[in-house]
Amino acid sequence: MTATDLKSYRPPVIELSEEGDELLEVAMGPHHPSTHGVFRMDVALDGERVVRLKPVFGYLHRNHEKIAETTSYLASMPYTDRLDYFCSLTNNWAYAIAVEKLAGMEVPERAQYIRVITAELTRIQNHASAIGFLLQEMGASGTPLMYAFREREKILDLFEALTGSRMMCNYMRFGGCRVELPKGWLEQVSKIVDGLPEFIDETEALLTGNEILMARTQGVGILKPDLAVNAGVTGPMLRATGVNYDIRKVDHYGIYDRFKFRVPLGDHGDIYDRYMIRILEMRESIEILKQAIKDIPAGPIMDPKSKIRGFRPKAGEAYGRIEAPKGELGFYLISDGSPNPYRYRVRPPSLINLTVLEDMCLGRNVADVVLIFGSVDIVLGEVDR
Amino acid sequence: MLGEGILQGLAETAKNFAGSFVSKERLTTVQYPEERIAPIENTRDFPILIYDGNDPMAGLRCVACQICEKECPPKCIYIVKSTDKKPDFVGKMQIYPTRFDIDISVCMSCQICVEVCPFEAIKMDTEFELSTTDRFGGLLYDREQLSKSNEHYHKIHPTEAAEVDARLAEEKAKAETKAKAAAEAAAAKAAAAAAAPPTPAAAPVAKVAPAKEPGA
Amino acid sequence: MKSAEEILAAIKTALPEAGVELVPNPSPSAQHSLRLDPAHALAVASFLRNDPELALDYCSNATGVDWPGKEITEKVKVTKVVDGVETIVEETVKRVQAGYLEAVYHLYSMKHAHREIAGPVVLRMRTVNRTDQVELPSLTPVWRSAEFQEREIFDLFGIVFTGHPDLRRILMWDGFEDHPMRRDYVDPDDFEYEPTPHDEVLKRAEQHKANTGVTA
Repeated sequence: MTATDLKSYRPPVIELSEEGDELLEVAMGPHHPSTHGVFRMDVALDGERVVRLKPVFGYLHRNHEKIAETTSYLASMPYTDRLDYFCSLTNNWAYAIAVEKLAGMEVPERAQYIRVITAELTRIQNHASAIGFLLQEMGASGTPLMYAFREREKILDLFEALTGSRMMCNYMRFGGCRVELPKGWLEQVSKIVDGLPEFIDETEALLTGNEILMARTQGVGILKPDLAVNAGVTGPMLRATGVNYDIRKVDHYGIYDRFKFRVPLGDHGDIYDRYMIRILEMRESIEILKQAIKDIPAGPIMDPKSKIRGFRPKAGEAYGRIEAPKGELGFYLISDGSPNPYRYRVRPPSLINLTVLEDMCLGRNVADVVLIFGSVDIVLGEVDR
Repeated sequence: MLGEGILQGLAETAKNFAGSFVSKERLTTVQYPEERIAPIENTRDFPILIYDGNDPMAGLRCVACQICEKECPPKCIYIVKSTDKKPDFVGKMQIYPTRFDIDISVCMSCQICVEVCPFEAIKMDTEFELSTTDRFGGLLYDREQLSKSNEHYHKIHPTEAAEVDARLAEEKAKAETKAKAAAEAAAAKAAAAAAAPPTPAAAPVAKVAPAKEPGA
Repeated sequence: MKSAEEILAAIKTALPEAGVELVPNPSPSAQHSLRLDPAHALAVASFLRNDPELALDYCSNATGVDWPGKEITEKVKVTKVVDGVETIVEETVKRVQAGYLEAVYHLYSMKHAHREIAGPVVLRMRTVNRTDQVELPSLTPVWRSAEFQEREIFDLFGIVFTGHPDLRRILMWDGFEDHPMRRDYVDPDDFEYEPTPHDEVLKRAEQHKANTGVTA
């Protein structure tokens, strides 16, 4: 078995149009407005066509993993908020799940329900803004993004009422959640959840049938399922190619086996499918939220065994993962019995989903690169860590 | 029909535009700073030190145990312990911080310090309209700038503050009964000693440190 | 998905010459791993991916771990001739255990995702040492998801993956020399002078100023 056996491995080399044509090398980014922060793509162009694209990372690199190895387990929790700063609560959950596996802790019922509610709210606001940004990059300046942000604002207010912060929530703890729900919070959640289908209908009326959107996205940035699996692509990107892999269904982490929800799957793996998957996932998240709000029991929110100070898990290692809005977010921890993790690793979905960026962009026009990149839905805080 | 989707989208934006004139739901913006939205109780931004009573420096709850300094993820807290002691709210003699600095430019408002503090001494403020023209000195808060009264804490986080006060009162009551029991035991011992002749030495008076009333 | 023991047995029947051993994990997670012999790693990886029973087609996570060399102090009983008499003397012997770098891969199966719930299949490979023999075979030809992650391991730990199509630094810049995630990495003294309340940082800043003659 060698590298050459794998047809899917390297994208085909694009042939140049005419003999003697010179390639134009363009550095897109790091301050390009479409790069979601500081990200650079070294693009080689033959006229308008992309013949080579190399992503360049590291502008936001702060060595999160090294910092985590020098501080206690608890002190890394607020840092996880800053990975994917759109989805701090799912980041918290992924880290908490890894530590709970490492230390063998149980999470009480009520805390599990709270985690599901916060994670699904996070998923909705992430997908809404991802769609908004995608349209922004398509030239639909303002409107879809502002509609998405209007809804996101309501969800962020809920987060602030619960955790004290809108984006840097730092809410989950090993073996439960930090604080009990404030009075009337669940009622507020269910009020906002009841209003969300209307928002999604509105977004769909605005976008789904729009001819410009269809022309720009259908058949653009196609990703084949076997390449997607081999390249470790996860999340809405993978499901848009038709691969049925949702960690909520596969691992049943938390209490996801108790909820009835469907996993939307795409057919073509193009940008339009990714857009549709996000819309449909929001609808499924609303269903999960409704069930969770109905069923949430009373009880403690922390495992009595867990402690805030002097937490030292036994030596060993654990890999914990969840289905974050952008894909599989995993944490790999090695403990040597000291208060600090010996090794702390984040498996960022944003970085690994970019592995196939070049394959999707080759042969397309520059304008499509911006769209394809936007449809991946990345956050640079997580890519560079 | 080609263009139908675009027209539908335009109808949607028109609905929202026209709706913003009649419906409060559709007009979501607030004209800050003239108008303000209601503050959310759990909001947090930077740490403050709580003191009881009227004198900020005397009533500071902090006993300079340095747990927060050790646990702070970005390491923005700096504490110098005192060499002498002063009584805390239950009357126990405790050391106190002679210097308690927080580098606000480094602090990331994660409130780990609040969580690890065993003395309910450090809490989070809700003041967000902060600015300074002094990049270095102005962003380093010392203990005078950080100390806020318990009343202020009650004003910004009423539910949480009530819980904290209840917990502290319980602790104080426990400490008092303990002190009382100790005093009684000492008195009984002294009485027994006095009853046993011939040692007419003065019965030792049990010393109970004066319990300090917490503010509010 | 099968347990690590079953997978080990499957590998042993298919590839008897591949030296694979089980590394138990004492933590409650019980995610045991398989240590591969670098010489046969690619063959084992291809088998794991292509075997229809296992079909580990998805490499979720690839990362490095640094295990620096340790000095182990041992007490050894040595027979010695003291004054013509053979006696057993206890001697303290210092022994240096060689350090090594490790690459860890976490595999799942997307094909059999819904069959059984189990943890990941963990593969590990060791380099000979941490200085000059740091080559490991790249598993990118088998799982392309390792492409960026192996670049990251190369960048931050310094493991050289042979057979990687594009092994360059990924997070640090190209001219950078050290590997920041190694345990013995010392960060360079090239930071901008910023007054902070922390002794250690202040001392370093002063030292830096003295070394370079740079003033704030």
